[in-house]
Amino acid sequence: MIVELGHFALVLAALVAIVQMIVPMIGASRQWSGWMAAAVPAATIQFLLVSASFAALTYAFVVSDFSLRLVVMNSHTAKPMLYKISGVWGNHEGSMLLWVLILALFGACAAWFGGNLKPSLKARVLAVQASISVAFYAFILFTSNPFLRLATPPMNGEDLNPLLQDPGLAFHPPFLYLGYVGLSMAFSFAVAALIEGKVDAAWGRWVRPWTLAAWLFLTIGIGLGSWWAYYELGWGGFWFWDPVENASFMPWLLAAALLHSAIVVEKREALKSWTILLAIMAFGFSLIGTFLVRSGVITSVHAFANDPERGVFILLILAVFMGGALTLFAARANVMQAKGVFAMVSRESALVANNVLLAVSAFVVFVGTVWPLFAELAFDRKLSVGAPFFNAAFTPFMVALTAILPIGAMLPWKRGTLARTMQPLWGVLALSVAFGALVWVMQTGGAMLAPVGLALATWVTLGALVDLWSRTGRGDISSRLRRLRNLPGADWGKTTAHIGLAVTVFGISGLMAWESEDIRVARIGERFEHAGYEVELRDVRDVQGPNYVSTMATMAVYRDGDEIAVLHPEKRVYPVAGMPTSEAGIDNGFLRDVYLVIGDAQADGGYAVRTYIRPFANWIWAGCIIMGIGGVFSLTDRRYRIAAGARKRRAPAAGVPAE
Amino acid sequence: MKRLVLALGLLLAAPAQAVTPDEILDDPALEARAREISKGLRCLVCRNENIDESNAELASDLRVLVRERLVEGDSDEEVLDYVVDRYGEYVLLKPTATGANLVLWIAGPAMLLVAGGLGLVYVRRRGSAPDAAAAGLSAEEEARLRDILEE
Repeated sequence: MIVELGHFALVLAALVAIVQMIVPMIGASRQWSGWMAAAVPAATIQFLLVSASFAALTYAFVVSDFSLRLVVMNSHTAKPMLYKISGVWGNHEGSMLLWVLILALFGACAAWFGGNLKPSLKARVLAVQASISVAFYAFILFTSNPFLRLATPPMNGEDLNPLLQDPGLAFHPPFLYLGYVGLSMAFSFAVAALIEGKVDAAWGRWVRPWTLAAWLFLTIGIGLGSWWAYYELGWGGFWFWDPVENASFMPWLLAAALLHSAIVVEKREALKSWTILLAIMAFGFSLIGTFLVRSGVITSVHAFANDPERGVFILLILAVFMGGALTLFAARANVMQAKGVFAMVSRESALVANNVLLAVSAFVVFVGTVWPLFAELAFDRKLSVGAPFFNAAFTPFMVALTAILPIGAMLPWKRGTLARTMQPLWGVLALSVAFGALVWVMQTGGAMLAPVGLALATWVTLGALVDLWSRTGRGDISSRLRRLRNLPGADWGKTTAHIGLAVTVFGISGLMAWESEDIRVARIGERFEHAGYEVELRDVRDVQGPNYVSTMATMAVYRDGDEIAVLHPEKRVYPVAGMPTSEAGIDNGFLRDVYLVIGDAQADGGYAVRTYIRPFANWIWAGCIIMGIGGVFSLTDRRYRIAAGARKRRAPAAGVPAE
Repeated sequence: MKRLVLALGLLLAAPAQAVTPDEILDDPALEARAREISKGLRCLVCRNENIDESNAELASDLRVLVRERLVEGDSDEEVLDYVVDRYGEYVLLKPTATGANLVLWIAGPAMLLVAGGLGLVYVRRRGSAPDAAAAGLSAEEEARLRDILEE
């Protein structure tokens, strides 16, 4: 019964979305305030209905209702509760339901907190947002219905893919979707502004918190996915340039570009048409990502609902929304006249450079991702584009970006001189170069990756701090410290996010340059040495988990004769899903991880054992978290509260509750 | 496609490990070269994994093959040519910069030139444009400004 109610609620939500798509749009063009205002209750009702639908599906998973096809295919009674719940979105149909839930949530937030928006713009934003919802409701109801029943329910389910039964991956999809779908708000604002025929500074201010929120969630989502890959897949890689990873990375790059260009629109009324185009493209790449993941056109580790029919449907959605938006964009080029004037050396120009680098790097990732498909169709060449290509083709952009970042961040608006901007930065630059040189000498030559990466990370970090300090003006230390505390959230956010980027760069460079590995057969009781650590294989036992059996080793790690950690790397087999996974034993450290993997038993009684020392591994994800914190700081900036909902002194527009 | 999934399923059911101790060559220099080569070769039955990291049986065979060629004195290029001869260019994770693939390699730098050029033109034009902002606010904007200030 509850399941049927959920199904019914979903249909109702789709109907409400159709109303929300049409009525406010007509109202806005005829200036009928009643029709425009209808968007707000419609958005609220739509959100409540789709929440009810999602709750019904969650309920079916929690109580293991095996009359539901989806539950049978993705759950099992023995599965821990966390994974029963995460199983709701650990499959194609359920994840699409999560997708529309978040879509409706963002629409509702715009309705609730968009008090200061011009009524016609607000009505149009909500109508455009509803049109996206309508497309996805149709997709779910016609091709991917999660509420299908089975005539003869089985006794038990087929279990969730064991790789997904992990806390990191339980929360990876919701965050990623909050990011993907968050970009739909930027898209809706862009299209609404084009229909409205007005793109101005206020628009830049309205769209920015939504973009910030989307970018922040994408950052966390990608970070979680990468962290999961690091400890779960058993060889400690953190990024594979897999098509599906790329699908989430491209929107991230474009969202980052959009964040920066929206500042130019807001502060200087320039770069308008580019910013609108970016807003459209960023969401377009979210849709492309959805298409890549779910259509099966590209093989990837995320084997997830490979169904051509669904692929065609998503391609259709993509074509309609991108085609429509870009046509509108071309037709309305005249409303996007830039106003602000600025010189060649200015903050504006630096942000243009930032956008060029981010957008082109996203383009490189895109070309690399679709090239195998294209080459096969066009030239009948079956080929691969993998990590070595992306490392070579993508890295230079990040080097250039981090190299110009501190200078661009400190350039004044309108007109500046390099000499003056560089004045406080020379010391930092010298220090960073010296640090890079020191690293190069210490590693006795060799690859330039670590020296360059570490020097750039230092340059960006110290540059960001100098920038923040320079914002406190002149005077004695105590008054500057006081002003530092009172600096706007945007300043703190900028500094923090840039430092986060630097920390991630530092981690990636250090890890890739200096990780070391040891593979051997170890007998129980045997101690061996690797890179200054001693490892002892103490014991290997078979352990019964809730829904798996595990071969669990007990291994001790010694440093200078002292025991520093006892780790339990495992090899698990999930009998229901018939799938083995490996759980690495990791001793996390500030400067390095000791990473142990237990392998197969050997014929002569030992076990294959891998030992890795991974320097600075945690810095990669710490950087993601710091970037996210920077985004939060920026969202708390006072100017967004004034821009959105000032009259009622509500929470900031983008204070969207994380699911 | 279906066969691929099936093969993958079978391989997962009988897991081997990525590089196993018995595969490793005694000569550390040769082994290091083998690792480097392995990182650029795709495991044919896997999804976007190189043979160095893959647990698949076939990846193990390829790793052994690479090492055999190295022991027999092949250069890195000769080993790669040998593998490509047998398995096609699909096996290369870093596509060659020949023929149509040149487009792939040149796309990024070319796009950078185009985008950089457009950006430069835009910035130059903004530098010489009449300052619309200095012309003052429109009547509508004046009214809105008053509203905001009064609040």
